[in-house]
Amino acid sequence: MSILLSLFVSFFQIGLFSIGGGYAAMPLIKAQVVDIHGWLNALEFADLVTIAEMTPGPIAINSATFVGMRVAGLAGVVVATLGNIMPSVIIMLILAKLYEKYAKETLLKRILEGVRPVVVAAILTAGLGLLQLAITSFTAPDLFALTLFVLSFFALNSRRIKIGPIVLLGIGALVGIGYSFIL
Amino acid sequence: MKKHILREEKGRPEVNLRFYLRLFWTTFTLSLFTFGGGFVIISLMRKKMVVELGWINDEEMLDFITIAQSSPGPIAVNGSLMVGYHLARVPGALVAALGTVLPPMIVLTVVSLAYQAVADNQVIAAAFSGMRAVVAAIVLQVTWALFKPLAQKKRVLPIVLFIASFVALFVLRFNIMVVMIAIILFSVVHSLVTMHKEERA
Repeated sequence: MSILLSLFVSFFQIGLFSIGGGYAAMPLIKAQVVDIHGWLNALEFADLVTIAEMTPGPIAINSATFVGMRVAGLAGVVVATLGNIMPSVIIMLILAKLYEKYAKETLLKRILEGVRPVVVAAILTAGLGLLQLAITSFTAPDLFALTLFVLSFFALNSRRIKIGPIVLLGIGALVGIGYSFIL
Repeated sequence: MKKHILREEKGRPEVNLRFYLRLFWTTFTLSLFTFGGGFVIISLMRKKMVVELGWINDEEMLDFITIAQSSPGPIAVNGSLMVGYHLARVPGALVAALGTVLPPMIVLTVVSLAYQAVADNQVIAAAFSGMRAVVAAIVLQVTWALFKPLAQKKRVLPIVLFIASFVALFVLRFNIMVVMIAIILFSVVHSLVTMHKEERA
C-alpha cells in the first residue's frame, strides 16, 4: 500500500472513531502513528502533543499535518487532513440536513432542549479545567494568573467595554511576555 | 422560492460570493486564533456568529454544539460544518470546514519543519501562559452567558439536569460521552412521555 493511501486510511479511522473532541482522539492517534505504522517514535509523539497544545486548531488536524509533512511532505499533509475530516463531512452533512428538516418539530425540539443543560455543564467543566491549567502553568505566581483571568472575565462580560476575545488573547500574550521579563 | 423568504426572515445573510468570502474569513480567523481545542473555538464561534454577526441564535448554537460534540471527528470541524450548512447548505458547510482546517494545516506545516525551536522558546512559552488565563475567562464567560437563559425560564428540570451533569463531569469525572448518551436517552423518554400525556389531556 502506498504511503499516501495508508496515511489517508489511518487518519480516516482516527476521524471516525474519535468522539468527544481533542483528548478522545489522542490515544487513537498514538495507536495509528506510533504503534501500528511507526511514523513517529514515542518521544516525537510527546513533542507532537506539546505542539498541538501550543498551536491553533484541533489536535487531530495538527497531528495529521505534522505526521503527513514528516512522512510525505505537502502531499502527505493534504491527504492525511482530508482523510481525517472525511468522516466528519459525511456524517455532519447528513445530521445537518436532518436538523434543518426536523428541528422545528416538537419531539426533536424537546429532546434537544433537554440536552442543552448538559452542554452548558460540559463547557463549564472544560472552562474550570482550563482555569486550573492556566493557574498552575503560569510562569508567574498563581495570584497573577488569577487576576488576569478575573479582569478578562469582567471585560468580556461588560456591556460597556467592547473588547473582542482575540484582542484580549493578544493582550494576554503580551502580559505573559512582559511578566517573564520583569521576573 | 418560499424557502428563500423564510430564510430571509430568520435573519440569515444573503448567499452570494461576498457571503462565502465572509464565511471563509470568519472561520479562518476563528480557527487561527483558537488555542486549546473544541470548546474554546465553540465559545469564540458563539461570540462571533451569535453576538456580532447574528447569523444564528443561542439555542441553535447549543444544538450545534450537542450534535458536533456527540459525532465523530474534531468538534471545531463538526461545528463549522453545522453552521455552514445552516447558512448556505453544502457549499456553506464545505467553505466553513475549509476555513477551519487551513490555519492549523499552515501553522503545523511550518512548525513541523522546526519544532524544537518553538517548543523551547522562552518568550513563546511566556506568551502562552498569559493566553491560557484569557482562554479560561473566555470559556467561563460563555458558560455564564449560556447558563443565564436556562435559569431565567425558572423551570426545575433543566437546572436539575445541569447540576446533575456538572457533578457527573466535574466531580465524578465521568466520560462526557457516557453523560451525554444518558441525558439524550432520558430526554427522549421524557419528551415521549410528556407528549403522550398532552395528547391524552
